Amino acid sequence: MRGWFLPLAVAFGFIFLYAPIISLVVFSFNESRLVTVWGGFSTRWYGELLRDRQILGAAWVSLQVAFASATLATIIGTLGAFVLTRFSSFTGRLLLTGMITAPLVMPEVITGLSLLLLFVSMEMTLGWPAGRGLPTIIIAHTTFCAAFVAVIAQSRLRSMDESLEEAARDLGAGPVRVFFDITLPVIAPALVAGWLLAFTLSLDDLVIASFVSGPGASTLPMVIFSKVRLGVSPDINALATIIIGFVLVAVVIAGWLMRRGMRQGE
Amino acid sequence: MSAGNALTRSAPWRGTAWVMGKLGFSGRSLVIAIPMLWLGVFFLAPFFVLGRISLAEALIARPPYTPLFDRAPDGSLQIIASLENYRFLMTDALYRNAYLSSIRVALVSTIFALLIGYPIAYYIARAPEPKRSVLLLMVILPFWTSFLLRVYAWMGFLRSNGVINNTLMSLGLIDSPIQMMQTDFAVYIGIVYTYLPFMILPLYANLTKLDGALLEAASDLGASPMVTFFTVTLPLSLPGIVAGSMLVFIPAIGEYVIPALLGGPDTLMIGRVLWDEFFSSRDWPVASAVAIVMLVLVVAPIMWLQSVQNRREEG
Amino acid sequence: MSQPAIAADTKPWRREGARAFISVRGVTKRFDDFTAVSDVDLDIYKGELFCLLGESGCGKSTLLRMLAGFEQPTTGAITIDGEDMARVPPDRRPTNMMFQSYALFPHMSVEKNVAYGLLREGLAKSEAYHRAGEMLRMVKLEKLARRKPDQLSGGQRQRVALARALVKRPKLLLLDEPLGALDKKLREETQFELIKIQETLGVTFIVVTHDQDEAMTLATRIGVMKDGKIEQIGEPREIYETPNSRFVADFIGSVNLFEGTVEAVAPDMMRIETQGLGPVLLPPQGGLTRGQQVWGAVRPERFALSRSKPENTPNAWQGVVEEMGYIGHMSQYRIRLANGVLIRASQSNRLRDEDPISWDEQVWISVQPSAFRVLTQ
Repeated sequence: MRGWFLPLAVAFGFIFLYAPIISLVVFSFNESRLVTVWGGFSTRWYGELLRDRQILGAAWVSLQVAFASATLATIIGTLGAFVLTRFSSFTGRLLLTGMITAPLVMPEVITGLSLLLLFVSMEMTLGWPAGRGLPTIIIAHTTFCAAFVAVIAQSRLRSMDESLEEAARDLGAGPVRVFFDITLPVIAPALVAGWLLAFTLSLDDLVIASFVSGPGASTLPMVIFSKVRLGVSPDINALATIIIGFVLVAVVIAGWLMRRGMRQGE
Repeated sequence: MSAGNALTRSAPWRGTAWVMGKLGFSGRSLVIAIPMLWLGVFFLAPFFVLGRISLAEALIARPPYTPLFDRAPDGSLQIIASLENYRFLMTDALYRNAYLSSIRVALVSTIFALLIGYPIAYYIARAPEPKRSVLLLMVILPFWTSFLLRVYAWMGFLRSNGVINNTLMSLGLIDSPIQMMQTDFAVYIGIVYTYLPFMILPLYANLTKLDGALLEAASDLGASPMVTFFTVTLPLSLPGIVAGSMLVFIPAIGEYVIPALLGGPDTLMIGRVLWDEFFSSRDWPVASAVAIVMLVLVVAPIMWLQSVQNRREEG
Repeated sequence: MSQPAIAADTKPWRREGARAFISVRGVTKRFDDFTAVSDVDLDIYKGELFCLLGESGCGKSTLLRMLAGFEQPTTGAITIDGEDMARVPPDRRPTNMMFQSYALFPHMSVEKNVAYGLLREGLAKSEAYHRAGEMLRMVKLEKLARRKPDQLSGGQRQRVALARALVKRPKLLLLDEPLGALDKKLREETQFELIKIQETLGVTFIVVTHDQDEAMTLATRIGVMKDGKIEQIGEPREIYETPNSRFVADFIGSVNLFEGTVEAVAPDMMRIETQGLGPVLLPPQGGLTRGQQVWGAVRPERFALSRSKPENTPNAWQGVVEEMGYIGHMSQYRIRLANGVLIRASQSNRLRDEDPISWDEQVWISVQPSAFRVLTQ
């Protein structure tokens, strides 16, 4: 793997990864409606995007969903990870292990369909949730995002020196105090990274949301998908550029936090 | 200063310790109960509902399927369940082809992802430190941007008047645009593109652990770089190859968005069939049966394989 | 409260009927089908610095963790100062522990780490930080109070961990390999510092270690553990000079072992026939009968080497120096006897210009009768 072959293969790989994204960004500043023909620099599509009430509304829905489900998923995922790493034996341990890792390999269409069917039968028997919308999307996203948070939290909890918690017990702190005084601060950077991952996964999800949402609660990916299905349009390029910008900032923050967390974990 | 604050409190805390023990115990159950209940209700229970509805018949009603229990004309309770939907799946060639072609598409994409990802992972693992981190970040970065928009980017690339065709035509290499959109080729590209980071990261993690002294030892013993690669590096990176391939293959097999946007009408994939059955035909019971079969044929073996692999890694 | 007497001087374990401060009775700990600690009885007295010594996996850490309350004995009872510790959680025990990894809270400053335990007692903040400051002064770290643990050297971290464990004035301080992470030079300095602190505060220490030198230096008494059982308890000198088994003799220091049988027992002398050395004469030891299988144990430094036959002992043999290693303060020898047996001996180098016995020399190797220890197991 020496000589010319390796650098060439790597260069090809990175061009493959970045060329589509770069062209997406470049053409978002294109004057022409034709996405692939350069008609001069313009920010016209950004202006159009900001006047598009449908997209703005969907973006607001998506942000609310992502915020709520990332937060809930962080709580549930962390508790699950804590239980699995710190409680040696309890009834249902195997079941919990399975339920917390299975969403990672579950095809989205199955998760989406099965949750929708659950919501429908719950509505028939319990009367809740009445119809589908924001709450059902949040529940669905929380469930699959919790699995991702749990993976991150579990690996951090495993690598954490357990004698830190024992030391706190030894110095007179009860179990609950130890969790809030020691465990949580030590794994906090990992949890922030987990929250950010859950937030992006939720923002990104199309399939599950399509199944469990109802009229009036369309997320951003759902609106984009319905537009994109009909063909390329330059305001989507503009939207993509804005999202890429946001993600870049978020990734830099997450990377910084993770690095700090790793340094603390040593 | 007294000899020990803990000791002066020795008598009263006996009782408190007992109460605390009781409280601690119930607190422990509560901590277990929260994730257990949430996942039990919103992850496990749905599969029972799914299984039950797959045994029902489609109705034009709300909800669009027959109930499991019903009053027979004589007033007794009867269970209505039929395997009709499964029989339908077995007999209709559409579904069998969709399953097979999902596996084929996922497999081909995984192989391409491996061929593209391996050199990159190898290169990054051998790169000196500041360069290594930057390259690694560059691999991860696209993964954090919207998946849908990355697939969308390829639409602009592959269309008949897209970037690739325009470039080739302006260079005079082709006279008329090549049909790339709505082909299996486009679906392969979409999947490889989307899941490439999942292939590279485990490979990279594996290859960085590879001791450089092994390669030196091999060349010291007279192996050419090529022979060293095939006799030392490749066999030792097998766990990384397996892990990366799983991470690409698993999501690829149930993929809906990529075949829907980049594939043609004849690109059959099971996720897409399920989606259409549900949203277009509105046949919930058949969609449920498709999901159950997918669960049994695809998800269960994968989960089994993973648990075997996990156990091997732990042991 | 009166100033506690210096532990090393009192030796309460030698007194009949002395009250044990910590008592471990019939304690067994099983993990699934693995028995980590098996039926251990142990009495430790106030002000002692007791060392649990053994190889990794011998159960010493599990015993320590049971004293701290992190593990519950499967059977048996632990009492500290007359109080049964069953059902008492670690945060309610009058013990504190210094962890092998030190377990300093990475997100808290040195000062906060040390004050943490006091705050959990319900002490006012100002009082807690005042006492933490005092303790840090004692371990000479008052200048680093505001640092985070990752800004400290290994030795400094070790002292923070010690300060944090001592600041609550526990009845019993448990130390898990307290010096294990330090380099050799620092370890030797810290050993004496640890003894000084222990004597000043009068707190009872139990130290777990795998390092026999450390145990010998620190301990008032040592408990040697093997496979979950305590093999021997005694003062360092007892353990070294009168080990009760081949395991202890071999584990503490180095030893030559010779299998043999008791040939004759007389009031003033007894003779054992060993496989390697032939007949050996030595003072009688109680409880031995004729024909009993025994092992003779001799420390390398107890052998004397000379070029002429020694007159002062009946136990002398001829051999050839096969190996010799000069270490500085002493030299180590391997002597091959005529019957092929290899003996390890060492001689201290007292004079600078003596003519040392060297390779391939024919020498006499001898041992005083009293230096021969007979072991029955």
